[in-house]
Amino acid sequence: MGEAAKTVIFEIERQNSTDESSYWEKFELPYRANMNVISALMEIRRNPVNIEGKKTTPVNWDMNCLEEVCGACSMVINGKARQSCTALVDQLEQPIRLQPMRTFPVVRDLIVDRSRMFDSLKKVKAWVPIDGTHDLGEGPRMPERKRQWAYELSKCMTCGVCLEACPNVNEKSDFIGAAPLSQVRLMNAHPTGAMNRDERLNAIMGEGGLADCGNSQNCVESCPKGIPLTTSIAALNRDVSIQMFRNFFGSDHMVD
Amino acid sequence: MLPTNVLRGVKFLDNNREFLMRRLHSLLGVIPIGLFLTQHLIVNHFATQGVEAFNQAAHFMANLPFVIFLEIFVIYLPLMYHAFYGLYIAFTAKNNPGHYSYMRNILFVAQRYTGIFLVVFIAWHVFETRFQVAIGAAEADFNMMENILSNPFMFAFYVLGVLSATFHLANGLWSFFVTWGITVSAKAQRYSTYFTLLVFIVLSIIGIRALFAFV
Repeated sequence: MGEAAKTVIFEIERQNSTDESSYWEKFELPYRANMNVISALMEIRRNPVNIEGKKTTPVNWDMNCLEEVCGACSMVINGKARQSCTALVDQLEQPIRLQPMRTFPVVRDLIVDRSRMFDSLKKVKAWVPIDGTHDLGEGPRMPERKRQWAYELSKCMTCGVCLEACPNVNEKSDFIGAAPLSQVRLMNAHPTGAMNRDERLNAIMGEGGLADCGNSQNCVESCPKGIPLTTSIAALNRDVSIQMFRNFFGSDHMVD
Repeated sequence: MLPTNVLRGVKFLDNNREFLMRRLHSLLGVIPIGLFLTQHLIVNHFATQGVEAFNQAAHFMANLPFVIFLEIFVIYLPLMYHAFYGLYIAFTAKNNPGHYSYMRNILFVAQRYTGIFLVVFIAWHVFETRFQVAIGAAEADFNMMENILSNPFMFAFYVLGVLSATFHLANGLWSFFVTWGITVSAKAQRYSTYFTLLVFIVLSIIGIRALFAFV
């Protein structure tokens, strides 16, 4: 078979706006070497004609860095949530099925609104508070080996893949999912961040927090950055177990 | 801009009631329910030593002092809490073992299906044995189980019930270790998988051997 005759077929689940119902549309594109899903979507945008030869609207998707560090282009590709920038056409079974991550509200076509993740980060206080009215000076030093370990946790790009893969994050539950939980572990590991560790632990003991994890461990299998999410969850479970007794039996200081 | 407060996770952080209920659910599954199940299967195993041995053991258990209080506080209340809250947990999951067919996810789904099945099985089992004894319609002895299990359909139902229970306990024990922060690292969790697999196999053999002793 000659290269020129080769084509790639895409089936895309489309939706015009949040409240409208979705529909499937098929596209057949000429194959190019080293194509990824984004370059295929760009091709559709350039020439928005579906497989029946009918002119249609270009497919909308979100993207930014194109090197799997921003998380914006996440979508469900052949049933699994992942980034479309690193989804190579050569490695995918055809027809390639693209769907939005329905765990989030769909804005249009493949674009979703991941605001809930950013809201969750606020809820769990996933930051290190250093602002004050005067210069607080240097913080405590962090051991280098701990820094290297914490760096792995800091790779989270809030892409939403772990939430999409999680059976317990859905419209029937308030579960915040693995990503914000792991950020609690990261912030609590920071020597300055640890000064507020009890506040974060109490936050994830709230509704939709840590306890909603059902240990399906899809998150750690799906995380594109290889973050040890289930280790984070188990480690937080340990911290929270201690915090729970501390809260219940009382302690004259809430943080070490 | 986009929908509802619930979707955007605003509802959470109000209180930690859900956290405590989940922890209680996890704890009760092991203590006392897991311990009771183990004890129950071991006592059943007397059936392999003959009619007399089983009847003696059953008689001993049925005539423990304060038996009704033991049953209420060690079995009925914890079991009902675990069952009903467990149903709520099972039905709030959106199972996805098709696309995400990883071992832990399949076990996650199996935990929920066995749980739902066990609610039905245990309800029937309690009605058929303990309740019949309570209303004086039957006596809990070897004969009773022999009659029940002589029906091949009921025998299959009981085999499924025992295997569901041992699986649900073994896999629940694995989750218990994670939930309480005992097994944290991936390695610890892997060893915990081997250990709980052993628990499943051993309890299943004990349970199934007892069932076969009645036929």
